Amino acid sequence: MIQDIILQNSPALLLAVPMLGAFATPLFGRISGTVRNAWVLLVMAATLAISLVLGFEVLTNGTMVYTFGAAAPSLSIPADSGGIPIRIIFTVDAMSVFMAISASIVAFAVTLYSLVSQKMSTGKDGYYALLILMLVGILGMVCTGDIFNFFVFLEINSLAGAALVAYRVDKGLAVEGGLKYAVISTLGGLMVLFSVALLYGQYDTLNIAMIAERMQFTFLDQVALVMLIVALAMKAGAVPMHFWTPDAYSMAPSAVTALLIVASQASLYGVFRVAFTLYGVALNWVTIGWIVIILGVLSMFVGVTMAIPQKDVKRLMAYHAVSQTGYMLLGVGVGLAVLGDPEMMKLFGLTAMEGGIFHIINHAMYKGLLFLTAGAIFYQTGTRNLNKLGGLGHSMKWTMLFFIIGALAIAGIPPFNGFASKLMIYESVFLFNPLLSIIAMVVSVLTLASFVKVFHSIFMGPKLPEYEEVKEVPGPMLAGMGILALLVVLFGIFPQQIVDILIAPAAGALIDQSGYIESVLGGI
Amino acid sequence: MFYNLPFIVAGLIIMVGIVTMVFKRNLVKMIMGLSLVEAGVNLLLVAIGYRAGGIAPIFTNAPDAQMVMPTVQAMTLTNIVIGIATTAMLLSFVMIIYRKYGTADAGKMRKLRG
Repeated sequence: MIQDIILQNSPALLLAVPMLGAFATPLFGRISGTVRNAWVLLVMAATLAISLVLGFEVLTNGTMVYTFGAAAPSLSIPADSGGIPIRIIFTVDAMSVFMAISASIVAFAVTLYSLVSQKMSTGKDGYYALLILMLVGILGMVCTGDIFNFFVFLEINSLAGAALVAYRVDKGLAVEGGLKYAVISTLGGLMVLFSVALLYGQYDTLNIAMIAERMQFTFLDQVALVMLIVALAMKAGAVPMHFWTPDAYSMAPSAVTALLIVASQASLYGVFRVAFTLYGVALNWVTIGWIVIILGVLSMFVGVTMAIPQKDVKRLMAYHAVSQTGYMLLGVGVGLAVLGDPEMMKLFGLTAMEGGIFHIINHAMYKGLLFLTAGAIFYQTGTRNLNKLGGLGHSMKWTMLFFIIGALAIAGIPPFNGFASKLMIYESVFLFNPLLSIIAMVVSVLTLASFVKVFHSIFMGPKLPEYEEVKEVPGPMLAGMGILALLVVLFGIFPQQIVDILIAPAAGALIDQSGYIESVLGGI
Repeated sequence: MFYNLPFIVAGLIIMVGIVTMVFKRNLVKMIMGLSLVEAGVNLLLVAIGYRAGGIAPIFTNAPDAQMVMPTVQAMTLTNIVIGIATTAMLLSFVMIIYRKYGTADAGKMRKLRG
């Protein structure tokens, strides 16, 4: 009975639970810090559980459509509205649950980690409330089936994210990073709203499936497409709109950075959703596909070359995040470019897309892990400067192990998860265009070189006198990193199972535009 | 021409806002530019929702059942609320930056580089 209610309402609960949790956090904080920490952990665990339940439901029974304010999706079209759905609809397909699950896993690990890393700081009530609100924004963006609703959740996500980046003022530096992030996000959000206005003006509806069905691809639609892709790619941190990423990622507390990565990927999800579902068959695939591919290749190459000379370990990792985003754009872009050709799609397009999508979850895991290890090092030594660090391998053995796992995964070395997804991208992209595949491999080698350097300067060498007292970080921080490290290894050892269970349905859901429209409008 | 006027004005306001953001070095002026962009988008939304001779969707006042669907107006209200929150947050960031750096000039605060 109660299970049925939870199951039927899981898309709403997925947002309602963390939202309630976020606003109740300061209240629990009035009682005591321990109560609040327990509450935050409970909320995050509950959200993770709901996303897993929802994921199981969607992967077994197909796309789930949830209508707010009505018992059944069919009630969202009043008799006199001329067939236009007026209620907010959540359309949760395999791609949405894939994003929701990876976001909630990272959020849970980040919370565990924050319990220790924020222990000495003030203002923890607001910190946790914003952390949960940011998760609400991410989950809303990936689950909604309403384009204006998407904008609202994008803004929730950006506001909470910018506030968190600036939360630890740090002589004004963090606020500068937060300001850049906030200005970019707001401008991007307004561009999205502008395109929403253009689409609504033409099609009288905000429902993504309905717009997709009526899509005429007029001049205004093209303007809206360009605005949406530019705004969302900017928020995802793709080159040439990447300039805010190193500032925001390096100045935010490490736990927040790990979640910011997921927020960027929610924007990436927005790019894919717009290209595949909203426009889909109306697009000129080859042109748009190549634009996405070129964005991806530029991001890969510029990101990694900017990363190599960095002295600040988090700034370096931030540039690598830009570079890794390029792989996802490349994989999915190749899929987009051959969308109209079933034979090529079957031959390599689908594999390329699966590789790109697989890389999203892998990136969330290993990059989150790497930022958390960087935070652990900062927590114990108080510096992020690579020239000052050294010899920490003697005292921080677990952190070193987690760093090695993360670094090998990002460089695409077997048996870690980065290898699994990168191999899929290399193989399939090689059939599409060998040059792109070679660039991707070269970038991987450069990534490895850069991380070997970082590893050497942080952990190797004799014990430095100033870090004589440094000890391993406390248990909950290790647990947070451990969860992500375990997933990195598991995903690397059993890639085929993960691809079959999670990734292939997600890629299928993106390609299948008519299925998306059918599942929404057929149910109405 | 007259019918298109609101759209042209909205486009102009957005342009002015973007130009302000790009060319002004003072952070407060940059945020003013951002607010102008937001105002332009709001105007565009309201202009799209305008129907000549439309009747406001207030049931007691409507002469018959034909009323304007207030979706865009609701969207505009939502965006105004979001805009207030964003502007307040951005301005508080600028306040902190001014207090810490002693300047609100984007050209002079270049601690995060490279």
